[in-house]
This record gives sequence, structure tokens and C-alpha cells, in this order.
Amino acid sequence: MSSRAEILAKVKQNKPTLVPLPNIDFNDLITYPDLITQFISVVEKIGGAVFLYPTEEDLAKNISLEPNETYNINTLNMSEAEKLSLSKVHSLDLERVHTAYFRGKLGVAENGSIWLDEEAMVNRVLPIICEHLVLVLDKNLIVPTMHHAYQNIDVSKTGYGTFLAGPSKTADIEQSLVIGAHGPRSLKVCLIG
Amino acid sequence: MENLKNHATAAEEFIKDEPRTDWHDETLWFVRQKRDLAAHTLPEWEELREWGSQIKNHTLSNLDEYLENFETNAQANGIKIHWAKDAEEHNQIIHKIITDNKFEKIVKSKSMLTEECHLNEFLIQKGIAVVDTDLGERIVQFRNEAPSHIVLPAIHLKKQDVSETFHKHLNTEKGNNDPQYLTEAARQHLRNHFVESELAITGVNFAVAETGGFVVCTNEGNADMGVNTAKIHIACMGMEKIIPKAEHLAVFLRLLTRSATGQPITTYSSHFNKPRPGQEMHIVIVDNGRSRQLGRADFRNSLKCIRCAACFNTCPVYRRSGGHSYHTAVAGPIGSILSPNLDMRANADLPFASTLCGSCSNVCPVKIDIHEQLWKWRQVLVNEGYVTTTKKIGMGGMAMVFAHPRLYRLLGSIGRKTIKWFPFFVNNKLNPWYKQRDMPEAPKESFRDWFKKQQK
Ligand code: SF4
Repeated sequence: MSSRAEILAKVKQNKPTLVPLPNIDFNDLITYPDLITQFISVVEKIGGAVFLYPTEEDLAKNISLEPNETYNINTLNMSEAEKLSLSKVHSLDLERVHTAYFRGKLGVAENGSIWLDEEAMVNRVLPIICEHLVLVLDKNLIVPTMHHAYQNIDVSKTGYGTFLAGPSKTADIEQSLVIGAHGPRSLKVCLIG
Repeated sequence: MENLKNHATAAEEFIKDEPRTDWHDETLWFVRQKRDLAAHTLPEWEELREWGSQIKNHTLSNLDEYLENFETNAQANGIKIHWAKDAEEHNQIIHKIITDNKFEKIVKSKSMLTEECHLNEFLIQKGIAVVDTDLGERIVQFRNEAPSHIVLPAIHLKKQDVSETFHKHLNTEKGNNDPQYLTEAARQHLRNHFVESELAITGVNFAVAETGGFVVCTNEGNADMGVNTAKIHIACMGMEKIIPKAEHLAVFLRLLTRSATGQPITTYSSHFNKPRPGQEMHIVIVDNGRSRQLGRADFRNSLKCIRCAACFNTCPVYRRSGGHSYHTAVAGPIGSILSPNLDMRANADLPFASTLCGSCSNVCPVKIDIHEQLWKWRQVLVNEGYVTTTKKIGMGGMAMVFAHPRLYRLLGSIGRKTIKWFPFFVNNKLNPWYKQRDMPEAPKESFRDWFKKQQK
């Protein structure tokens, strides 16, 4: 018998009587008086910085003012052709990226995370290998909790996606928090609207 | 690697360094307090635990079908599925993928399953070196030690120890103990491994039957970095990691990190559904005794564990004896109910490494009755003849006491008097808890006596 068959047979034999799934009642979930305020306060608590822009143009203006000497990648308004070529770049060549910009698809007020899927990342390694990360999010895309998040996005639609919350961090040495473990050393969240 | 045989002996070694033991104790208690604060931010916390528990109960009661579901959906996503009935088969599957591809540069992020299967040692014997990329795991790997905690692998070490280790292996400045400096050194060192890695091994926090995808949670970003640069990704999962639907991830992602470190969520909760173009993705589904545990009615719900380590951080015995004294990959209260299933003889001491205070069960996000299972394992182990006489006497006594509440009350008051008058009597050789432990000062009256007085 293959290991697969053997394992499944044992599980089938040993599993207890079927019990039902619970009913998750959304009425019992926490509510926040102001989703945006809550979201901002958590992002800041977990080491991110939040900037507010009334419109996308205001953000674009601000980006254009940034010094040009660093190697930045802005995926916000990339053409399909540019995206295709970026998707093929090897990690060795992305290692020097200073700042990378992405558009988040959804934000979660309870934990300050932002959903980034493969389409938004363009290249899977880019949001993790860049030194500094900027995530742009429409204010109206903030939901209260993770339950609402999964109601609003179909995670199976993407090959790879992540709820990203703050810059990478570790506390493995004597529980001292250090920002910038393997991934980005900083996270800026730009809220539009 | 050192394998200390018995919890009590190993703990004795650990507590010899008193300031360090105190530090360990206080630090983990601090993490426990952070968990409390995080839990209290959600009015639905207790309900969330109940949902988590019920989803896991349901999944275990239909596990074979969910596993098959998961396999079908994962394969449709282009993922290759392997089944391993034990640790040996798990290691061989991984070894074969490595040798078929003639890979040499292998990175691994945190996976307690690969620790349970002793994958690193297995591969080293075959001449293959794996680089652990979680900072804490890299530190203990340099020192040729095992992780002492499932979430905080190097919690038994002080920064001076890390500094010495890095000075030796990474040539950092001697005596520079700054965590920021040391972390930066590890970041640079591991970057080189990442960008050149050919194969990345990760664990799995949750595997979703409905989507055929899986989720890996880290703060450092080491799993994502390794996987997204490597040509092959191998994810190793115990078969109990399955959950039915993606929406259930909401429940578990809300519970996991709040219980573990008090954060609202890890920095990365990454969903892997399909390999990227040109990449290969493999999942090894491992049994290694889990199907047997599923058949033990008293112990099966230990399989609900999501490895948050809240039960470690709250445990007075773990905090003061250190993870290595448990001599198994998963230490702490949950390790003590999982390990006897793997090997009763070798792990017969572990269910006794507890005061049965029940704090573990109170914090467990999926409501495992940990302390009751510890108690039940003691009985199984005694009946099967795996327990030495001293423990049997202590335990027989306790069994009686618990079975007779009136006797408990009486003995409780005797206990209080005995400690006050004859400390040497309680702190004798027959009480295995005494050695190196200060017995608590006796409260003058029991809660019950006090309560009765208040009623009058
Ligand atoms: S038994 Fe419960 S508290 Fe302990 S690690 Fe598992 S899930 Fe966490």
C-alpha cells in the first residue's frame, strides 16, 4: 500500500464522529467608531508611518519631488509591457532596489495589514527585497477585521499574496525589537482620499 | 546534538544559573502579559477561541476528506503533493528532490515539523548543509543547539552569548552586544544565502482544503525571501494543519499572533497558491504518529494546536526550566502531551513536568484541555509501566486527592500546616518538586475557609 493510502485509511478509521462547523456571527465582531483612525493607529504602533493625500495626483506630485539618485521602482502606473519585463528580473538584480511602490487592494483596521496580491507585486520578491517599502491604499478599502477581509477578497484568485503589516522585524536577541530583519527596513503607507 | 534524557535532571542544570533563570522566567511572563493585552482588545476573544476550537474539531472529524480535497485542489494549482508516513520518509522525500536537482544552496525558514523529523541532521549526514534563516534559528544552528521555544528559538540565550557566537562565525566585533548591530550582521550574512538559494524549505501554518493553498506566517520575512528567490519551494506540513475554507483563516490569523507575542498579526501572512512561472512547488504531508493520536479519544484534540506557544509562556515549569530540558522538538505543555505519543518510553518524564495548574488550558487559543491531558498521560504511563517509583507515589497520592474533594480540603489545610511547621517534611526526597525549588510560603487560610468566614 502506498503511504498515501495507508495514511488516509488510518485517518478514516481513527477520526471521531462528525461534528459541525461553527457559525461565525459577524454581529459579534468588534466595531470601530472610525476605521481610518483605527487603521492608522495600528500601522504606527507596528512600526509603519502613514501619510495622507487627498488625491492620487497629490501623491504623484510628491513622488516626483523625491531625489532621483536612488534606484526606485514604482509599480503604480506601469504599462503591461513594463510589468512583464519586471516580472522576469532576477533577485540578484533587485537587491539594490532602494524604494518600491505598490498599490494595496485592501486594508484591515484591526491589525494594520494591507493585502498585496501577485498582480500588485508584479515580481514576487520585490516587496520583500527592497530596502524601503511604500504601499498606497484607497481609504475606502479599509475593512474592520480579517473576517471582512476574506469576505472582500478571494485569496485563491492569486498565485501568491500576503497580508503585510509593518516593516520586517525580529526580537530574537533578548526580546529587543529590531526593525529591518530580512525584508524592508521601513514601511510608508500612503492613504488616498 | 545533546540529548538530555530526563526533564528533572536537565532542569536542575538550567536553574543552577539563578539570575539567568529569573531572566528567562520574567521575559516569558512579559510575553504572556502582552498576549493578555492583545486578547483584551477584542470583546469577542472568548468567542473567537470557541470558533477556532470548533473549526479544528470539525476538521479532525472529517480529516481524510479534507486531506484529499486539499490534494486535488493543490495539484490543480500546479503543486506536487507527497505523503510521508513517518519522519524517515519525510526526510527521504526532501533528500531525493535535492539530489535529483543536484542542489547545494538550501535555505530553510522555521518549521517545527522539520525539527520533529530531525531533517537537518539527516541531510548533514548525507553531506548536505541547510541554512536556517530565522534569526533565532540561525543563532542556535551556529551553536549546534536545538531551538528551545517554538516561537522564540533562542530565548534561552543572552545577547552576550549571541555576540560571542557571531564573533566566532560571522566575525563581528568582539564584545559588541547591541541587538541592532548583531541583527544587521545576520541580515547581511543571510542576504547572500537568499539571493543565491536554489531550494527553500518552509513550514506551513495553515493549509486550506477549499483552495489547495497554504499560509506561512513570519515577522522577519525570511520565508518569503527564501521561497521567492529559489527555483524550488518545499513546504512541510503535519497533516493536522488543514482547515476547510479560506474564510477560516480569519479566525486563526486573529488568534495566532495575539496569543504568541501580543502582536495583532505577523508582519507577513503569506498565501501560497501556485508556483511562480518556472518555479516548482512541493508539499510534503506528514503523518508521523498523528493518525495514531487521532485515534486516542483522550488525546486527539492535542492535534488542534496552532503552535502559538502561549502555553509555554504561561507555564511556571517551562519558564523556570527552559526548553532544552524537555529534550524534544516541541517543548512546553503541548510538547508534553504530543511527545509521549511519539515515544512513550523516551518521553515518559514529560507529562510530570507540570504543576497541573491549568494556566496552559486557559490561554490556549483553540481550547485544548492541556492540563487534563497531562494528567491522563500520567495514568497511561504508569499503567504501561514507564514510570519510576518516586513519581508513582507522588502521583498515586494526587489521584486520591483529586478523586475525593473532601479529602482535598482536609489535606489542603494539613498541607498548609505542614509547610509552616515542618518544611523538611514536604521538602524531602519523596517530593520530586523540592530539589532546587523553594516551596511556596503557606497561606494562613485557604480560600474556602476565608470565604466561609466572610459569609458569617
Ligand atoms: S497547545 Fe494551544 S497554547 Fe499551546 S502552542 Fe498549541 S495552540 Fe498554542
